Amino acid sequence: MPDQLIFGMEVFLNGLMAGVLYALVALGFVLIFKASGIFNFAQGVMALFAALTLVGIMEGEVPFSHLINAVFGTDVHNFGWTVPALLAILLTMAVMVLLAWLVNKLIFRHLVNQEPIILFMATIGLAYFLEGFGDMMWGSNIKKMDVGLPQGINDWIDAATFDIFGYGFFIDNLDIVATVVAALLVVALIIFAQYTKQGRAMRAVADDHQAALSVGISLSFIWVMVWSLAGFVALVAGIMWGTKSGVQFSLSLIALKALPVLMLGGFTSIPGAIVGGLIIGVGEKLFEFTIGPMVGGATENWFAYVLALIFLVFRPQGLFGEKIIERV
Amino acid sequence: MFYREAGDFKTSYAEDNQTFPIKFDRYRYYVVLVLAFAVVPFIINDYWVNAVFLPFLIYSIAAIGLNILVGYCGQVSLGSGGFMAVGAYACYKLMTSFPDVNIAIHVMLAGAITAAVGVLFGLPSLRIKGFYLAVATLAAQFFLVWLFNRVPWFYNYSASGQISAPERTVFGIPVTGAETAPWAAYLFCLVFAVASALIARNLTRGMIGRKWMAIRDMDIAAEIIGVNPLKAKLSAFAVSSFFIGIAGALFFAIYLGAIEVGEAFGINKSFLLLFMVIIGGLGSIFGSFAGAAFLVLLPVLLKNLLVVGLEWPTDLATHLEFIIVGGLIILFLVAEPHGLAQLWRVAKEKLRLWPFPH
Amino acid sequence: MKLKLITAAVAVLMAAGPAMADLTFSILSYRTGPYAPNGIPLADGQADYFTLINERDGGINGEKINVVECETGYNTEKGVECYEATKGEGVLVYNPYSTGMAYQLIPKVTADGIPLHTLGYGRTSAKNGKVFSNVFNYPANYWDGASHAVSHILDVNGGDISGKTIALVYHNSAYGKEPIRTLEELAKKHGYNLTLLPVDHPGQEQKSQWLQIRREKPDYVLMWGWGVMNQVAIQEAANIRFPMENFIGIWWSASENDVQPAGDASDGYKALALHNVGDDYPLYEDLQKYVVDAGKAAGAGDQLGTVLYNRGLYTAMLSVEAARTAQKIHGTNAITPAMMRDGMEALEMTEAKMAGLGLPGFGPEFKVSCENHGGNGFGAVSQWDANAGKWSLITDYVQSDQDIIGPLILEDSAAYAAEAGITQGCN
Repeated sequence: MPDQLIFGMEVFLNGLMAGVLYALVALGFVLIFKASGIFNFAQGVMALFAALTLVGIMEGEVPFSHLINAVFGTDVHNFGWTVPALLAILLTMAVMVLLAWLVNKLIFRHLVNQEPIILFMATIGLAYFLEGFGDMMWGSNIKKMDVGLPQGINDWIDAATFDIFGYGFFIDNLDIVATVVAALLVVALIIFAQYTKQGRAMRAVADDHQAALSVGISLSFIWVMVWSLAGFVALVAGIMWGTKSGVQFSLSLIALKALPVLMLGGFTSIPGAIVGGLIIGVGEKLFEFTIGPMVGGATENWFAYVLALIFLVFRPQGLFGEKIIERV
Repeated sequence: MFYREAGDFKTSYAEDNQTFPIKFDRYRYYVVLVLAFAVVPFIINDYWVNAVFLPFLIYSIAAIGLNILVGYCGQVSLGSGGFMAVGAYACYKLMTSFPDVNIAIHVMLAGAITAAVGVLFGLPSLRIKGFYLAVATLAAQFFLVWLFNRVPWFYNYSASGQISAPERTVFGIPVTGAETAPWAAYLFCLVFAVASALIARNLTRGMIGRKWMAIRDMDIAAEIIGVNPLKAKLSAFAVSSFFIGIAGALFFAIYLGAIEVGEAFGINKSFLLLFMVIIGGLGSIFGSFAGAAFLVLLPVLLKNLLVVGLEWPTDLATHLEFIIVGGLIILFLVAEPHGLAQLWRVAKEKLRLWPFPH
Repeated sequence: MKLKLITAAVAVLMAAGPAMADLTFSILSYRTGPYAPNGIPLADGQADYFTLINERDGGINGEKINVVECETGYNTEKGVECYEATKGEGVLVYNPYSTGMAYQLIPKVTADGIPLHTLGYGRTSAKNGKVFSNVFNYPANYWDGASHAVSHILDVNGGDISGKTIALVYHNSAYGKEPIRTLEELAKKHGYNLTLLPVDHPGQEQKSQWLQIRREKPDYVLMWGWGVMNQVAIQEAANIRFPMENFIGIWWSASENDVQPAGDASDGYKALALHNVGDDYPLYEDLQKYVVDAGKAAGAGDQLGTVLYNRGLYTAMLSVEAARTAQKIHGTNAITPAMMRDGMEALEMTEAKMAGLGLPGFGPEFKVSCENHGGNGFGAVSQWDANAGKWSLITDYVQSDQDIIGPLILEDSAAYAAEAGITQGCN
């Protein structure tokens, strides 16, 4: 096989893996949009907040230590203990559930039946708030995310592909973990939505709020649940991306990677998020590989959007979005 | 009591069709104009101009532009940062290629060029709607920024890739470059802001504005009653981009003087403008000014209060600033979901009845 | 209620008048935002040095130092606000620590007569003081940096690198593109091949670039990165098992923040250095005694000895030395920004001077003059030891290839002078 083709295959596989990471972020958007029609701008910041909280708990940092020290003149930074990863993840989840409850109690209960753009605006306010709050709570330095995920080249794939093609493929162990986790997450979400009482209630709410209310489903409960689920997805995304780059402010920018995925997959489809992610991941990587060198590279950011745009011109509701029926 | 519509008689069509038909509005408007043109220039210094007035005026122009698109025509756009960049780079190229032409003309030409680019990126709006369109306009945002960074022609092949505004004068008085007097820069931007607001207000009151609103409220219904969606949507994109382009040109030439595209016109700028429009109030010219004021003034005010006034550490103050801005946005929405402009409308309602509410 | 707050704030705004009694230095910091991990040590280092001078010596020749800190969040617009808010207080010199802000301030400071010091960033051609009268970028700039990296590679290879391949991974912005021209010129001279790999902002996803590096196996990789791009690049380099000692970053990709998230995998990573690393200096004893133990350390007080803290310290030290020089030239202790400018233009750093300050061998020796605002272009290479968790310099300070860089600087500054209508010359 010609070299370029083999390299292309490697790029293709890595594109798939990158796509899974994008899809992980996109899932959180889809969950909330499907259940409540809210385009949650704060999803990226939630991922940052979740990751910060997780690391903070694991390292036993004192929350708001800088504020406390500034106000009381004390010098506290650390409780002096470390918490095992699994327990810390559970504690972080508790924090995210609390956040979901607060968000609904304080914001969205008061905004029922508002237009989508108003709800979107409210999530922008939430993003601002969480950005300041998270930084104040845990400090702005870069933190190492170490929950024991493997990183680096997978030797087995390297050796196996070397035997076949004479060139060992590079696949990151972390990407493999992410793929497995994403697959589990999607299966779990689908099972939850199809076969549990709460899951069915969630789908009923997504179909029609009022009808769901009239058969006795508690809207508040469902929304808190959905926001908690989105918080969980944000935590998973935060762990994966945080392992790559350390936990820092820029983590909140991963939301930008999810937007073209959402356009492509449709705002309301969980499988759409995954398929959209894969298409965007592969598309942008292959474009950078083939056309990139001719135009000077660094094309991935805009190409993802252009790719999604081209798809949308042919299917305005996204790949898996619900068909738009317009009546006067 | 204070805000009266009754007793305000009109005897000619011209009177009835003027921009502000109600006396109170008209006088208020005159007072603001007199203050802005005749009082403010004498009392401001470098700090007030560069930290408060210039960003406020320039963002107001951009917010008016975006409001035409989002608030009047219902097409959500997140490409405004990219369009501002088009305005800025067009202005730079014109300024350096034709140094003898007046800068005001360059700024308007930059707006026109941006309008053309805006129409091009507005084409997908004919098929894509709502949040899908919003995300689709991000393609414009990222592509334009990449392009200006990539093609050296746009920054005149300078080694640094930054563009900086050379000194240009209006009536012999410098308005760009470092020697600019604060009042000159202020007045230059003020003229553009007032003109933009007037044009926008009259456009939105007229036939074209009604077409936009028809498209916003329901595009299929509008099409059935004879509004051409192609023309209406693309004209909204053109007019909107024209104002945003002017804002971009002023942002570069007057306010910052030197910029780099990724930093000055990144995705954050697009979001910021959209926030202004929504917080101010969709479909309101006054709202555009109010939104810009809210997001420009509030951080400066909070910073001065917390850091200079209460002597907090700067980082804590900034974190708190984010928390307060976010909290206020939410609070406003819960109290009044239709933005600051609606608050103003409610206030007028109260003024009309006060002090006899029944 | 709201009205009251507004009036209070306006009153505060008005009250913030000039207090001209002391020598005022500014710290334009970014302790928040995406680059806060770098901004915190930079600001702490500056603040602590000024505190030390005040506490230990009672100021510069008896003149107390007054520090105004303003938070920019690495945002150019907030930087403008900060500049306008603080310049009325008689600030002697600005160090914005952001290239975007530096470009912004170049025409402004020139008009206002305040000097601007961009240490290892900003506009490279500002080295030509005949054009940029108020801008200083000593001791070295990005083009020097590119040359330092190539000289180091030459050293390692015994002086011959023809036919080798060097890849440049860079932040796709004005900053990242800085070294390209110099590297291209050097490639002509030394006969290596240059591959350019831009990474789009913010740089969280660099798989394409590193897959290409893995395929093409360049002998060396240089990096001009900033923020999250650094951590991801070092992690990806480790993932593809690129030999870390062949991976050289610019001095903005050279802090503990950049290597620590990758853990042990980052061992052996090299980066350029403008100044020495670590805390093994007599000055640090004084810092401990007068600043830290006295409870006067800036921030959380946990940054001492990190690379960027040292850079902040170095900046402040050079500012203080320039102020001393200015005091000597003008024969007065209460100097103005214009005198400070003269002091900076006459600044000379020698080994004896640095040793006298308790910082022996901390930075290169250099001398500033009107024609040369950028020092003599000396720099070193540092290497990260992950086990010990510290950086160390592995070379002496070497000079960059002035034959290549000199003409480039003249060319770029002449272009700026023509565009901005500046007549070149020394006054």
